[in-house]
Amino acid sequence: MLEFIWNPEVRNPGLSGAEHHGYFPFPVAMRLAIARDMSSPDNAPAAPDWDAIARDPAFRILLADKIKFLVPATIFFVIYYFALPVLVGFYPEFMSREVFGSLNLAYLFALSQFFMAWILAGLYVVVARRWDRDSDAVLKKLGR
Amino acid sequence: MPLFFAQADPPAQTDRVALFMFLAFVAATLVITYFSARKSKGSSAYFAAGRRITGWQNGLAVAGDYMSAASFLGIAGMIALNGYDGFMYSVGFLVAYLTVLFIVAEPLRNAGKYTMADLLAYRLKPRPVRAMASLSTLTVSIFYMIAQMVGAGALVKLLLPAISYEQAVIGVGVLMVVYVVFGGMIATTWVQIIKAVLLMSGSIFLSILVMAKFDFSVMKFFDSLTAISSTAADGTEVTRNFLTPGLLFKNPWDQISLGLALVFGTAGLPHILIRFYTVPDARTARSSVVWAMVIIGLFYIMTTFFGFGAASLLGPDFINAHGGTNMAAPELARALGGNIFFAFISAVAFATILAVVAGLTISASTSFAHDFFTNVIHHGREHRPGEEVRVARITAFVVGALSIGIAIILGPTVNVAFLVGLAFAVAASANLPAIVLSIFWKRFNTTGAVCGLGVGLVSSIALILVSPDFMKENPIFPLKNPALLSMPLGFLGAILGTLFTHEPSSEDKFTELEVRANTGLGAEKATEH
Repeated sequence: MLEFIWNPEVRNPGLSGAEHHGYFPFPVAMRLAIARDMSSPDNAPAAPDWDAIARDPAFRILLADKIKFLVPATIFFVIYYFALPVLVGFYPEFMSREVFGSLNLAYLFALSQFFMAWILAGLYVVVARRWDRDSDAVLKKLGR
Repeated sequence: MPLFFAQADPPAQTDRVALFMFLAFVAATLVITYFSARKSKGSSAYFAAGRRITGWQNGLAVAGDYMSAASFLGIAGMIALNGYDGFMYSVGFLVAYLTVLFIVAEPLRNAGKYTMADLLAYRLKPRPVRAMASLSTLTVSIFYMIAQMVGAGALVKLLLPAISYEQAVIGVGVLMVVYVVFGGMIATTWVQIIKAVLLMSGSIFLSILVMAKFDFSVMKFFDSLTAISSTAADGTEVTRNFLTPGLLFKNPWDQISLGLALVFGTAGLPHILIRFYTVPDARTARSSVVWAMVIIGLFYIMTTFFGFGAASLLGPDFINAHGGTNMAAPELARALGGNIFFAFISAVAFATILAVVAGLTISASTSFAHDFFTNVIHHGREHRPGEEVRVARITAFVVGALSIGIAIILGPTVNVAFLVGLAFAVAASANLPAIVLSIFWKRFNTTGAVCGLGVGLVSSIALILVSPDFMKENPIFPLKNPALLSMPLGFLGAILGTLFTHEPSSEDKFTELEVRANTGLGAEKATEH
């Protein structure tokens, strides 16, 4: 079904060599009728012009914005997370230092990971709302 | 060495209460399955619950799919017996969801239909990629499932001595097949949701009971952990500070490798990924990850209370004498809330296993039917309407029968912990490189995907076979989890495979995937009611 949107051979079998591929087990006339029927506006809208959207400056800015958040955020959480097994594994004496009553650095650092994850997820939700607006604007501008 | 293994049978009355509670859960889920079966018409309803699950519902369901009995009973037990090191497990399980949130959930929902392979096949040649992705999905799901089934059977012997290992395995297997064959994704989703609610309520209640013993003073609670006495292997009495790291894990590289498997494997677990197809759009997929992170985070923080609580209130010797690691949480429940609460926690543990195996079964059968049968064998076309769903139902039945058989042959004593580690390692080493590179790397192509999936899959399995879990003496590979080596190998395979070949069609279609993944244009819509 989705092939009808993307694959011009399937959309318009009369013009291409689709019959040589034997894509449909139907005679050509019937195939054309099916293709006409399937590509009518009710069933499958015309293929979006992906390239036009991809070239649109607003879309490029949206992608750049995403990268600007995702790359540093990912690097940060990976380093923060792996600091735990590294510090605890290689410097257990240091991490056993009690900082808060009997609570030691190791436990507090492990606990902080939960809050780190929640805060980063919260930040992501906030910036992603802006991306939603931007991507809606791109689609609207290009008549989608 | 005074070690008794659950010799003292719990009173028969507990047995009956636990059985009754479990049967109540089963009855409720069967009612749901009955109603879901009437709604499960058509592929989208069967495989993706019609894409009409809401954000918080899917968040609960993701949490339900993820928090296995290994987490609930296993981590509680590890903390109870070895203190802080067990808690380190808890951390990775939550942080992993940042990878899911940042990298995978939204593009997957926007570009795919039913399976992880949809995303990979979008711009690559569908047949080879789907065949490999399906193989890796089946490997992850079936290994994980056997671990759960053996765990279920072994657990039953401790919780409900009246039921044998075989009966428990068959019971769990039959139920999961019933949910999946008749109720499809709708029933599976609701089983997950109920299980997540039960597990959270049980954990919250247990944590409150623990803290009540310390007058709700966090400081008093942690003070009690600084001197936990237990009997060492040589029979001498030792007192240890349970907040000190290093009581269980001796090799830091083991922890780092396991961390890699958790943090990057979760985003490649097929049964988690397919949950994002059950919501209407990518924005709801995002909110469901956030809901899941809240629930999963709270749950793993609570392992502090019932894990350390069991160490402090029961003591390691008592736990070792009453069923060992896996029984720390249920025994704590018995000590604090009596036999009724013990029965409730036992029933929750069963519900947990049942929900996880149902999620695994549907992910395996969806992948086989959609990826392998329809797209690889039948070149992407259903020969008869409804064929894909029919194949999935048959697959679910076969998968159920197979895992019952394997679990019974392996028996209750086999060590299956490595199977779960293996599932995460395969997901991190095979699935994740292919997913990430197909979303972000324009040059990526079919050969790269097939090489990445193949190298990741083979290297994780091979490294497990030569790891300390398998080769007791002089293991060739020193780490318990292979991810530290197999994940870079998976990426390397994917990158080299790509660089050695050219595939202009994949590069051409990258634009389309980029637009679709980032805007949701053309994404699968929720079905009308």
